Amino acid sequence: MSDKETRERKIFRLSRRKALKGLAAGVGALALPGKDASASFWEAFFQKNFRELGKDDLRKVLARMEKEYSAQYGRAVKVKATPPIEGVQYGYALDLSRCIGCRRCVYGCVRENNQSRDPQIHWIRVLQMNKEKGVYLEEAEQYYNPAKVPEPGHFYMPVQCHMCKNPPCTKVCPVQATWTEKDGLVVVDYNWCIGCRYCMAACPYGARHFNWKKPGLPAAELNPDTHILGNRPRPVGVVEKCTFCIQRTRENPGRYPACVEVCPVGARKFGNLLDPESEIRYIIENKRVFIFKEDLNTQPKFFYFYAT
Amino acid sequence: MRNRRWSYFFLLAGIAAFLLHDATALAGHQAEESKTRKEEGAILQFPVPPPPFTPGIFPCSECHREIKPNQKRRVLKDEHTNIVLNHAQGQRWCLDCHDAANRDKLRLVSGEKINFSESYRLCGQCHGDKFRDWKVGVHGKRSGEWNGKKEYLLCAHCHNPHDPRYKPIQPLPPPARPETIR
Repeated sequence: MSDKETRERKIFRLSRRKALKGLAAGVGALALPGKDASASFWEAFFQKNFRELGKDDLRKVLARMEKEYSAQYGRAVKVKATPPIEGVQYGYALDLSRCIGCRRCVYGCVRENNQSRDPQIHWIRVLQMNKEKGVYLEEAEQYYNPAKVPEPGHFYMPVQCHMCKNPPCTKVCPVQATWTEKDGLVVVDYNWCIGCRYCMAACPYGARHFNWKKPGLPAAELNPDTHILGNRPRPVGVVEKCTFCIQRTRENPGRYPACVEVCPVGARKFGNLLDPESEIRYIIENKRVFIFKEDLNTQPKFFYFYAT
Repeated sequence: MRNRRWSYFFLLAGIAAFLLHDATALAGHQAEESKTRKEEGAILQFPVPPPPFTPGIFPCSECHREIKPNQKRRVLKDEHTNIVLNHAQGQRWCLDCHDAANRDKLRLVSGEKINFSESYRLCGQCHGDKFRDWKVGVHGKRSGEWNGKKEYLLCAHCHNPHDPRYKPIQPLPPPARPETIR
C-alpha cells in the first residue's frame, strides 16, 4: 500500500522512524521526576545564581534548604547566608616550625564542614617533606603514617584553599559558579556549579575537591550550623573546598575556623588583615613569611611562617 | 617703627609655634605612657583556665607549712621523686622557681612572688621571645573569637615546666588513596 492510501484509509502502520520517535519520547518522559518528587526539585532546578537572588528569593531558598536537610538528616539544620563583615579581609598564617603533622586539623575540618565520609573528602592535605631539602614537592609525602609524629628530619606543610587575590579557579569557571566575596573568601554556589572541574585543574594548590558520588554523611555526624556558601550538605557532582569556616568567621563576634581551634600546638593563626592589632598582621610584619608557589602570582591570603 | 603689623604677626606666630610644639610633645608623651600603662594592665589580666595541677597537690602549703625548707641543692629522695627536672637541670633546681617560704607561690628572679595562675611571667623571664609572641596571640593554641575575646592558655597547659619539650603524638589516619575510592 502506498503512503497516500495509508493516510486515506487512516491505518496505523508502525515504521522504524515512528518506533524510534516513540522510544525517544518514552525514555525522555521517564527521565523527568515523577509525581513523588517534591516541588523543591523544580525550585532548585530554576534557582538563580546566588549573586542574583533578591532578599525574598534568598529567604525562600534558605527555608527550602533547611526543610530539605532537616528531613534528610532527621535533625534541625540551620542554613544561613551571613554577608561579609565590612572592613575585613581574612588572612591565615601557618607556622611551619610548629606543625607536627598530626592531622587533627584535617579531621576537625571534616567534622565541622560536613564533608562526605564515604567517598572520603579532605579539604586539607598535609605534606611531609625533608628538612634538608626544604619545600621540594617531588618528594612530598601525603600518605605518611608513622607511629609518632613529627618524624625526625621531616617537617610538615598542610595545604588548603589559599583564598587567592588573583585566583586562577574563578577565572576558568565557565558558568561563574565560583567567585571572590568582598571579604576575600573564594566561594562556590553548589546549586550553580555544573561539575566540569575546570577550577580543579586550574588550582595550583590542589585545594578543590569533587563529589564523584552522592556524599555519604551519617546523620549523627552532621554539623547542623551551616552556611549556604560553605558547609551545607553538598549534592553529587559539585566542587567543594575550604571556606575558612565561613559559618564561623562571618559571625560577629566571629569564631576561629575549626582547624585553627583544634590544632594542638597552635601552628595556625587567623585574623583580619586590615586590623593592625591582629595576630596575622603581627606575623606578616615580624616573622619570616613565605608564600607557596609565589611565582604563579596567585597572591594568596594564606601565609607560611617560621615563628622561631 | 613704621609698620608694626609685621612685629605683631611674628609675635603671634612665635606663640602659636611654641604652643603647638608643646601640645604635640605632651600628646606623644601621654600616648606612650598610656601604651605602657595598658601593657602593664594587660600583663596582669590574661584570662587563663586554672593551672593543670596534679589532682590533690595544691595547695602545697598543706604539707609544706610543717616542713622546714632545705635550701641545699640535691635530688629529692622522700617526696616528689616522680619529678625529674629536664629543663636547665645543670643550672637550676626546685627552689629557683618555687618560693621556699611559701610553696603556693612561684618566685621571679627579682624575688617577687607570683601566683601559679600568672606562671607565664616566670617562663617569660628566660623565654622572652615566646612570651612576647604569646601575649599577641601568635604563640600557642588559639581559640576563642578572632575579633573578640581570645582564649589564652598558660604555658604549663602544653609544656610540663619540669620537662617542657612537646612530646611526639600519634597522627590521625592518612587520606584514602584515590584508587581505593570506588
